[in-house]
Amino acid sequence: MELAEEKLDEHHLDEKEVVDVVVRFAGDSGDGMQLTGSNFTEATALYGNDLSTFPDFPAEIRAPVGATFGVSAFQIYFGAEDVTTAGDALDVLVTMNPAALTTNIANLVEGGLLIVDRGAFTAKNLTKAKYQENPLEDGSLDKYRVLDIDISKQVLAAVDEFNLGHKAGLRCKNMWTLGLVLWLFDRDRTATIESLKTKFASKPEIACANIAALNAGHAYGETAELPAGIHVYKVPKAKVIPGTYRNMTGANALAWGLIAGSELANIDLLFASYPITPASSLLHELAARREFNINTFQAEDEIAAVCAAIGASFAGTLGVTSSAGPGIALKAEGIALAVATELPLVIVNTQRGGPSTGLPTKTEQSDLSMSLYGRHGDTPMPVIASSTPGDCFDVAIEAVRIATKYMTPVMLLSDGYLANASEPWKIPDVASFSPFPVQHHSEVEGFKPSLRNQETLARVWAKPGTAGLEHRVGGIERSYDTGDISYDPDNHQKMTDLRQAKVEGIANDIPLQEACLGDASGKLAVVGWGSTFGAIHQAVKRARAEGLDVSHIHVRYLSPLPRNLGELLNSFDSVLVPEMNTGQFVQLIRSKYLIDAEALNKVAGQPFKIGEILAAIHRKIAEIGSKS
Amino acid sequence: MNQALPKLTIKDYASDQEVRWCPGCGDYAILKTIQKLMPELEQPRENQVFISGIGCSSRFPYYMNTFGFHTIHGRAPAIASGVKLANPELDVWVITGDGDGFSIGGNHMLHVLRRNVDLQILLFNNEIYGLTKGQYSPTSQTGTRSPSSPTGSIDFPLSPCEVAIGSGGTFIARTIDTEAKHVSAVVTRGHAHSGASFIEILQNCPIYNDGVFDQVKDKKIAADFKVELVHGEPIVFGKEREQGIRLNHNTLKLELVDADHDDVLVHDETNKVLATMLATMRGPDFPVAVGVIYREEKASYVDESQQQLITARAAKGSLKELLHSGHTWEVE
Repeated sequence: MELAEEKLDEHHLDEKEVVDVVVRFAGDSGDGMQLTGSNFTEATALYGNDLSTFPDFPAEIRAPVGATFGVSAFQIYFGAEDVTTAGDALDVLVTMNPAALTTNIANLVEGGLLIVDRGAFTAKNLTKAKYQENPLEDGSLDKYRVLDIDISKQVLAAVDEFNLGHKAGLRCKNMWTLGLVLWLFDRDRTATIESLKTKFASKPEIACANIAALNAGHAYGETAELPAGIHVYKVPKAKVIPGTYRNMTGANALAWGLIAGSELANIDLLFASYPITPASSLLHELAARREFNINTFQAEDEIAAVCAAIGASFAGTLGVTSSAGPGIALKAEGIALAVATELPLVIVNTQRGGPSTGLPTKTEQSDLSMSLYGRHGDTPMPVIASSTPGDCFDVAIEAVRIATKYMTPVMLLSDGYLANASEPWKIPDVASFSPFPVQHHSEVEGFKPSLRNQETLARVWAKPGTAGLEHRVGGIERSYDTGDISYDPDNHQKMTDLRQAKVEGIANDIPLQEACLGDASGKLAVVGWGSTFGAIHQAVKRARAEGLDVSHIHVRYLSPLPRNLGELLNSFDSVLVPEMNTGQFVQLIRSKYLIDAEALNKVAGQPFKIGEILAAIHRKIAEIGSKS
Repeated sequence: MNQALPKLTIKDYASDQEVRWCPGCGDYAILKTIQKLMPELEQPRENQVFISGIGCSSRFPYYMNTFGFHTIHGRAPAIASGVKLANPELDVWVITGDGDGFSIGGNHMLHVLRRNVDLQILLFNNEIYGLTKGQYSPTSQTGTRSPSSPTGSIDFPLSPCEVAIGSGGTFIARTIDTEAKHVSAVVTRGHAHSGASFIEILQNCPIYNDGVFDQVKDKKIAADFKVELVHGEPIVFGKEREQGIRLNHNTLKLELVDADHDDVLVHDETNKVLATMLATMRGPDFPVAVGVIYREEKASYVDESQQQLITARAAKGSLKELLHSGHTWEVE
């Protein structure tokens, strides 16, 4: 189905109290927009709104100042009801320079609030952003509520007493702006002040200047004569399940999930990886967490990373490796060795725009087919996907469970959006997790490396250092009976069938598929996997509020698929599959279940908007209606 | 390890698998020597792990009655690094060849040596691709005629020991497949070395490159074509030990001189400049150096990693505390 977008019916900033708001901070890479966004997120979470964030930054580390390709942005959607995406259109856009304005203004709703730093709209910056005229003066912004302030001048005045100099003084611009936006939504400044004190602990004068700028921005809102229609907006607190909450990014949730998995499996973990965007944050987080039974190894390349992980698994600990698409492609031969030798391994793929270098900092779901099929030989392997930042925690535990219980590599799919996005996360009770301790083989009597659990079909894990279990494994086909090299034709057939049966059998050990919203049968099922969860969920929720018969089904287990999935999908008149690729999952569903599922694809490096999926639901429902 | 180890013999180190190298292959001699040496190294057999890549030499682990892992082409050093990091108690060996170790796996070889991962790396150099039926390898001499170079190879070969020194290797030695005593002595010293020990074993392929090392292997002439390096001893060779090697201080090159010349070099395993020169010597102008060419005491990667883990784990992590770290808030 062709991608189209519907404007969502929302009340933007027309009342003093609004149900939800989308704010985007945009500026130069060096303007500190990510820091601004994360501090605003913190304050918003503490206020009690539900929220979802989307950091959107360029691949260039230090792009030339003022360039459009150097614009870094941070978007946050917060509100009184459950929020699962970073929002479609913007209610508030904060732009620190002309480049940030030109690249983001199209997403601001009519009547939305535009905050600009007039001081940055110099002739030079306007030229870099390819503006012929100054948009602040030519009337082109008349349909928005514009709050143009010479923030640069305000900041320099606010930090004057600290004698930082012009350049360092201007670096506090982001905190001044944050102060103003915190005022706008009645958010408390305490958490930001505390985090600035921690961040600049070694440079107290910088901390003080930033705090002064923050307070000055806030005071400006309180005291300045603002244009009509700009005032403090109240966003009621969300009703959420009681508990202790924290903000969680997908990358941290995944890292902590691996730590939790290693504790539940009662096994050490070696995380071997090679830096690549957007997967490196996992390596950084785990390298800083070696107080747990985790060790990290920055290998010389992607191949060495997967191989070191396999070596660790052979030695009796759990090897984990991580990368994005291009790196996963390089690991393919190693992964197949782990399949052949039946050793546990977790491979985390934080997907990004492809092919080749593609869009390294942008998100996509285009590695599903590679995960399912991208290896030589008949090489089946479990594949699971996380759907929200917080879900990365649970999925990481599940990957460790499956890998160690079934002695198999497991591919865990995340993506650039999930890795960087954050959401409030209800901290689980550690004591409530069910442990799944690994049992290394120790019985010498009757030992052979080909012994396997007849129920799970998992091969024994006999680690070096155990007397009497000396044995050899390798990539050459192994005898079903002894584990020794075997070129026997019947044996190869038997082993191929065994590898397939082992992975298929995991379907008996995973939950049956349910609809996460709506009924288990009906007119239309919108079926997704991975990070499209949020947008699909909101779209289906809105469609159901309109009275439409739509359900949302979100699949975590992509190989093997839940054993009732075909039956479930057959209970619907129609199936729509939105994906951030050209239709990889829909093809699987169509071929496996012979269902006329329809694809909705977006490959723009950006997540789906709610309105895009809602538009597709409307068209699909209309189509079903006209047929019946 | 206070318990006395059971006394094992060569038989305890032979697996039940039928050895399948070509008749006359140099690998047989190396296998026998290593199997025989193993009991003398006094390691618990269950702690010994042999890891290989792909190629004729890489079948080696199947024939050793220890733990063994026959992996994928060129990647044995990376897999072995993972094994050793996961369990530093293990005695980990890498078996590789000139193609496996320096062509497809060159990058891993460079980095495992640079990191000084505590492994014994035995590189069987036969200057040819055997398992794929005789193509030239990165150590084949220029002009080697092979199925993929019918009119002679045009690549310049690399010298494994020279590259190993250049990569930051801390124990570099060379020996010859059939010289069991010398192989044993060199490997024993490599085994005792803390960090990566790199041992090049010149190995004859009777099928695709027969006789390539005849000058240094043929008892009748070998004395004139190889020089056995011994730390602290003059570098002399020849049937009558009549020739020596000196450094010309003007040209900064090695030269052959009479053995009784004042200037004859005394081998110093710890001199990297000298080691690099000795590693690259080859016929017809110079003898091939065998023995321990270079040795350096340097922190081993695994020791350093363990040290960092001990520091990090001084206070054991608590998952519950981690989940509750930083800003949290209560919803009633």
